[in-house]
Parts: sequence; structure tokens; C-alpha cells
Amino acid sequence: MSMNTRVVHIASNTFREAVRDRVLYNLIAFALLLMGAAIFVGQISIDIERLVVVNLGLTAVSLFGVVIAIFIGIGLVSKEIEKRTLYTVLSRPVRRWEFIVGKFFGLAGTLVVNTFFMAIGVFGALLYVAHRFTRPDALILVALYFIILEFLIICSLALLFSSFSSPLLSAVFAFSLFVIGSFADDLRGFAGLTHGFLRWFATGAAYLVPNFSTLNVIRAVAHQHSVGGQLILHNTLYALFYTAMALSGAVLIFERRNLK
Amino acid sequence: MTARRRTTIVAGACLLVSLTACVLLLRHIDRLRPQASIDDALYVSSPKMVKRASLGFDGLMACIYWTRTVQYFGHRHYNHEQSYNELAPLLEITTTLDPQLIPAYQFGASFLAPAPPNGAGEPARAIQLIEFGIAHNPNDWKLYYDLGFVYYTELMNYKKAAEVFDQGSRVPGAHPFMKIMAAQMAEHAGEFATARLLWSATFETSHEANIRENALEHLRAITVDEDITNLQAAVTRFGQQTGRLPVSMSELVAAEHLPGIPSDPDGDPYKLTAEGRIQLEKPEDFPFATKGLPPGYKPSARPRFHTKL
Amino acid sequence: MPAIEILGLEKTYMVGFWRKRPKRALQPLHLSVEEGEIFGFLGPNGAGKTTTLKMLMGLVFPTAGTARILGREWTDPEVKAQIGFLPEQPYFYDYLTAHELLDYYGQLSGVPGKDRKRRVDDVLQRVGLTDVKGVQLRKFSKGMLQRAGIAQAILHNPKLVFFDEPMSGLDPLGRREVRDLMEQLKQEGKTVFFSTHILSDAEALCDRVAIINKGELRGVGAVEDLTSTVQDKVEVIWQGTQLPASMKALGAECHVTGDTVRAVLPENQQDAAIDALRRERIRLIAITPLRTSLEAYFVEKLQHSETTAGKLA
Repeated sequence: MSMNTRVVHIASNTFREAVRDRVLYNLIAFALLLMGAAIFVGQISIDIERLVVVNLGLTAVSLFGVVIAIFIGIGLVSKEIEKRTLYTVLSRPVRRWEFIVGKFFGLAGTLVVNTFFMAIGVFGALLYVAHRFTRPDALILVALYFIILEFLIICSLALLFSSFSSPLLSAVFAFSLFVIGSFADDLRGFAGLTHGFLRWFATGAAYLVPNFSTLNVIRAVAHQHSVGGQLILHNTLYALFYTAMALSGAVLIFERRNLK
Repeated sequence: MTARRRTTIVAGACLLVSLTACVLLLRHIDRLRPQASIDDALYVSSPKMVKRASLGFDGLMACIYWTRTVQYFGHRHYNHEQSYNELAPLLEITTTLDPQLIPAYQFGASFLAPAPPNGAGEPARAIQLIEFGIAHNPNDWKLYYDLGFVYYTELMNYKKAAEVFDQGSRVPGAHPFMKIMAAQMAEHAGEFATARLLWSATFETSHEANIRENALEHLRAITVDEDITNLQAAVTRFGQQTGRLPVSMSELVAAEHLPGIPSDPDGDPYKLTAEGRIQLEKPEDFPFATKGLPPGYKPSARPRFHTKL
Repeated sequence: MPAIEILGLEKTYMVGFWRKRPKRALQPLHLSVEEGEIFGFLGPNGAGKTTTLKMLMGLVFPTAGTARILGREWTDPEVKAQIGFLPEQPYFYDYLTAHELLDYYGQLSGVPGKDRKRRVDDVLQRVGLTDVKGVQLRKFSKGMLQRAGIAQAILHNPKLVFFDEPMSGLDPLGRREVRDLMEQLKQEGKTVFFSTHILSDAEALCDRVAIINKGELRGVGAVEDLTSTVQDKVEVIWQGTQLPASMKALGAECHVTGDTVRAVLPENQQDAAIDALRRERIRLIAITPLRTSLEAYFVEKLQHSETTAGKLA
């Protein structure tokens, strides 16, 4: 049996695990509730209902997705090691890297499906306040696509930290990187204002930290500004390469890890 | 080669390649994006809202907004933009989050007040900003300096400027020159010496690159204005003595017993036109000069700051 | 070809937070296990049994040494297709049912689709979990989990199975079932390597055993050889609580247990003892040759290692 099939099997099992994990449903329910709130808030401030729905809705999708990615993603490797479910998997002809890659695709798949359902919620709320769809609403799909790219990066980071750290610490690291990554532009600006060693360090950090600012086009899309094709292409490549980088790191670490 | 070693090599190579690709892509993406972060920054343009949203991390948010403010201005200035609409809100948000961020007030004085393309052209808001600063930092004499500066240079309200400098001089620990400036403004308002004093002080006391550059350009302009005023007066004297205009600069130089052909701070000699006007060789190099400009000269929409610090 | 050849596998951990000190979990181990035998790996808790197993499974990396499993390097991934592993107190994905779990493991072990369904059903029946195959594992009792563990270890029909404390937590019935299963596996020509600290199981099942303590191998050999009747004593049990002087004269050590007496005598007094009891009209219940139990051998080896350790300390 080839390695690709094994990866696919691990991925689908991971997907199954995520779907049966009740945490997922609570978070989704909460997010949908937030969508409802968006409609309500939109009613209060007339003229910008559409703006509020799109902004709040997409932000909810993004934030909740990140939380889900971290919660479940952390469990992927850390929990397996703690609970020793890995022993019976790795005693089979499964390579350690296949395990990591399979887990990644399972988690990414879960998030894509999750985003799909939440997107329906956003479009539903939008239809409710605007009563019809207009052409520029298609831009929301671009924003959603970028959000999915964000998720890929977060998943790979969650896996990276899981491969060597405890579940709690991994969650802390991953979430911190998400926050810092959202301020990546400011970090770069800050680096520009400093000198000497601090400048070197800050610039390095600014490049290494996942740049979520560029993937966040929620505000622009809410105002129906178009997003350039070049930017879409470059962001896609960036997300793919960053994910590859984090996963490579995870594989390198996990290959060497002694399982207690 | 064991399977494990093979995996290590592949993963390691993948890591390095991806890292390089990420850095290169980010640099490219920067060029593609407009100043997105600034638009983001002002989604909430009410300072109070921002303060509430900061969840108590005002200091950090103030630093972030300050960074964005400097970037915003620098970026637009470099691209010769004609408007700085977001500058006032950015400064207001910054100072609401942290009223003790003194450099913000000086930045406002230097760049909120002046007219485009060198500033946002909102002297009233600048004054409001600095007065807010004074209210929260009563012991900082430099804020009085900034306030007086705006009154003097932009609003030409010399009386008020002198008052403010006087007030500032009474703050404990104020630099002695505050008193000197107050007196200078009261007696020699509008004169070159006063302006030179003011701009020199700004240049000396600021650490902010944009502000220093700006001050230096003003000092160059003052030199030019002064030179040309003097030279023009010389031309008038020549006319009174000889009844005609000098035919060339050399003739004027000889008549006035000047040490040599006078030149501007860049070394280019001043020109004497047929109509008897003294003019700059390259007016575009002196964005703040008010004299020596050819008739009908419109200041370039893209002023070049010559001195790069 | 030996099924397992352990060639100097060794593991040293660095323990401590700031200044790491080395802690030797396993001294260089040399051991070999033949095909078709049931091999017992005995030792008290913390002796290094699980460490050895984990190294053979590739879960932990040895500090030194190598091993060969079924003729290949132990790190060769192809080896894994032919071995099965039951870890100590196994955990499984508790959101899966028994059936799903085994199907998943079957996929990972490379059992082709058509075969898999049949094999899963077969193995579920073999371990007695057919009735609960649709129940999520989180609802399983300890005994059921153990059976599921055995199921996943033999599902893909491996030539060699490793069991780590397979009887732990099982009630006597469960233990009997596991023992029977292990016998069956041997009948099928498979090699079984299992670790335990319960000696009676080892004594009953194993062809050969190895004893390990504090990371060091203390003894290896066939069970029969280790427990041969070196002692030439017999055990005589009779009815009643009498302790006849004649028996004591023969050199018997007597213990009264309930309404019987158990006496240990030199073997050459066996006939005399029988006569004595008949004369006294005491009912003889049993005479058995005394063997050194594995337990005694075990304890002796451990004590020896303690004293050696004591000398070194």
C-alpha cells in the first residue's frame, strides 16, 4: 500500500475525529449566534447594516475558525502522545511524516467544511438585510478564500508546536502567533523605526511571523473594493509556502522524538 | 541511506526553500498592497472607541498607532501626495490612548498645521491637539514651544505666539531660550532672525527624522529669502545711484564691493534678470523659499527635500 | 533465522531540569528469540521491559545498538507489516467503534479492501467482541479494551507479535482466554514475545524466558531447564492435623493447613513416609516431586543482582 493511501486514511480518520468532537459543535453554534447578533446590530444602525453583517460575519468566521483550528489542532499530536494512541499506529508500516501530513489534511479539511457552513450563515444573514445579492457580493468569496488560507497556516503551526510541546503550551504559542501575525504590518513598521541589533531582530521577526495582515481583506470587501488578482496569487503562494515550512519543521522534530 | 535520513534531508530542504520563498513573496506583496493598515487603523476613527477596544492595553496600542502615523506620513510624503486626511485622526487616537506621548504633539505641530503638500493644512486641529497635550502634561515646556510654533509660522499670530512662549518660559525647568524667543517675537516679529531662531531650535531639539529634515529646509529657505531681500535692496540702491539697472551680476558685485558672486546655499549663483529681479537658479530645490521665484512660478507638486539626514 | 535478534540495544536518558544527569534505562542487551516460540520477558516494574519493546517498535530511539526483526533491520518500515504490537494498558481512539478502529488499523497495515472486512469480522469473533463491534470504544471496559488491543495486534496476520503486559487488569477468566489465544498463535506458527511480571503465566506458557532487572539481563533459558528438579525433595500431603513423630524422624518439615498437613521430605524418604502414614492409619492425599518454581529462580536472580548492585554502590 502506497504512502499516499496511508496519508489519505490518516486524514480521513482525523476528519472523523474532528466531526465527532463535541467542541466543534459548540463553537459553530456560538458563531452562528454571533451572525444573528450581527443582523440585530445592523438593524440598529441603519444604512450600514450590510457593512456590519459582512464585517462581523467574516470576522466571526475567521476568529472562530482560528480557535477551532487551535483547539483541535493541538490535540492532534500532543493528545495522541499523552494518551498513547500513537503506539498502535506507529507500530504499523506508517512513516512518522505520513502521520503529520495526514493529520494536517484531516484538520484542514475539517476547517474548510466548517467554513463552508459558516459562509452559508453569512450569506444568509446578508440576504436577510439586503434582500438580494449584488455582483460585488462575490468579493465575500475572496475574503473567505483568504480566511481559509489563514486556517492552513494556523493548522500547520498548531501541528508544529504539537510535535514537541504539551497541549497547553502549544495552544498558547499558536494563539500568540496568530495575534502577533495580525499585527505583522505594525511589526514591520516598528522595525523600520529602530536601529542596530533591535532592527535586525525585529525585521527578522516581522518576516518570520505569519503575515495575517495581508490575508485580511474583510474591511475592503465590506466596502466592496475589489481585490487584485496579483494579490490573490501571491497570497496563495505565500500561504502554501508558509504551511510547507511549518510542516517541514513539524516533520523534522517529530522524526526525532522519543515517545514516552 | 536509511529512510529516516532521507526524510530528514527532504524535510530540511523543503523548510529552507519555503522560508526563502516566504520572505521573497512578502516583499513582493508589500509592493502590491496599498497602505491597507492605515485604512484598517481608521475603521474606528473615534478615539474613544479605540480606547475602549484596547481592553486596557492603551500603551501598546498608542505605540502601534504612533508607528502607523509616522509610516503614514512618511509614505505619503515620499510619494508626493497632496493630502493627509488621516493624519489628524491618527494623531488624535494616539494621544487619546497615551496623552503622554510627547513626540506626537511635535509631529502635529510640524506636519498637521502646514498647508499641503508639506502638511495636512489643519492648523486649528493642530492647536487643539497641542492644547490637549498641555492639559495632560502641564510640566512639559516643550509643548508650549510646539504651540507657539504653530501660532507663529502658520497662523502668523505673533502676539499670541509671544504670549505662549512667555507662558512656557514660566514652566519650572524651561529652557532659557523660551524667554528669549518670547521677547524676540514681541519685538521682532516677522523678521528673518526670529524665524531662524525658531527653526534652529526645532532642528536642535527634535530627534524625529521627518521633523529635522523639515526644519533644515526651512532654514535654507530663510537664508535664500534673506539673501535675495538684501540683493534686491542692492539692486534698488544701484538704480537710485546710477539711474539704471545693473547689466550683470558682476557689475552689481563690483558696485556693492561684495566679496564675490553671491550664491545660494547649494552653491548656485543668484541670477540677475533683465528686469532687475534677483532669482534662484533652481527654485525647485528650495520648497519653502518665498523670494527669488520666477514670475508665474508654481511650486512643484513634488517638492524635493534636498537634505537627506 | 531467529525471529528477533537484539544486538546490544541500550538506552540512556538524560534526566533533570538544569544539570542533566544520565540515567540508564537499559544496559546493552543481547538476546535472541527463535521463530515459533513463545518467549517471556520477565522483570519487576521499571526493569526496562517496556523500554526494550518501545525501542523495537521504533517509538523510542536507542542510544546504541541495533536489532534485527525477521531478518531485517528493525528500522525497516517493511518489517512493521509483519509484526503486531499490543502496548501496556492500551488507549485507542475512543470516538471510534471497535469495528471502525480495526478497519482503520487494517487500512494502515495495508490489508486490501476486500480482505479487510472479512479479517475484521474474523478477529472480532476470535477475541469475543462481535456483539459490541458497533459500540464506541469510550464505553468499553478494561477487559474489552484489552481484547480490542489483541485484535488489532493480530488483525493483519503478522508472523511475530509483541505483547506488553497482556494480562494486566484482566480477571481470571480473561487471563485464561488470553493464555489460550497465545497458545493458538503458537499453533499457527507465529512467534510471541511478551513481557510480564506475573510469573505463573510465564511458567505456564513460555518456551523460553529472559529475566531483566534494573536495565540488566539477569538470566535466559528454557523454562524447563530453569525449573528442573534440582532440589530432590517431595511434598507429602495427608488428611488430619496429626504430626506423627515417625514423619519428623524422617526429616519432614510440616505445615498444618486447615484439616490437612503439608510436609516436605527428602526424596529418598518417600517410600518410608508412605509406610509410616499407613502404619498410623493416616490418609495420604498426595505425593508430588518438588520443582524449583520459576518464582524462586526469579527471586534468586533478583537478589543476586541486588547484592551485586550493593557491592558496586
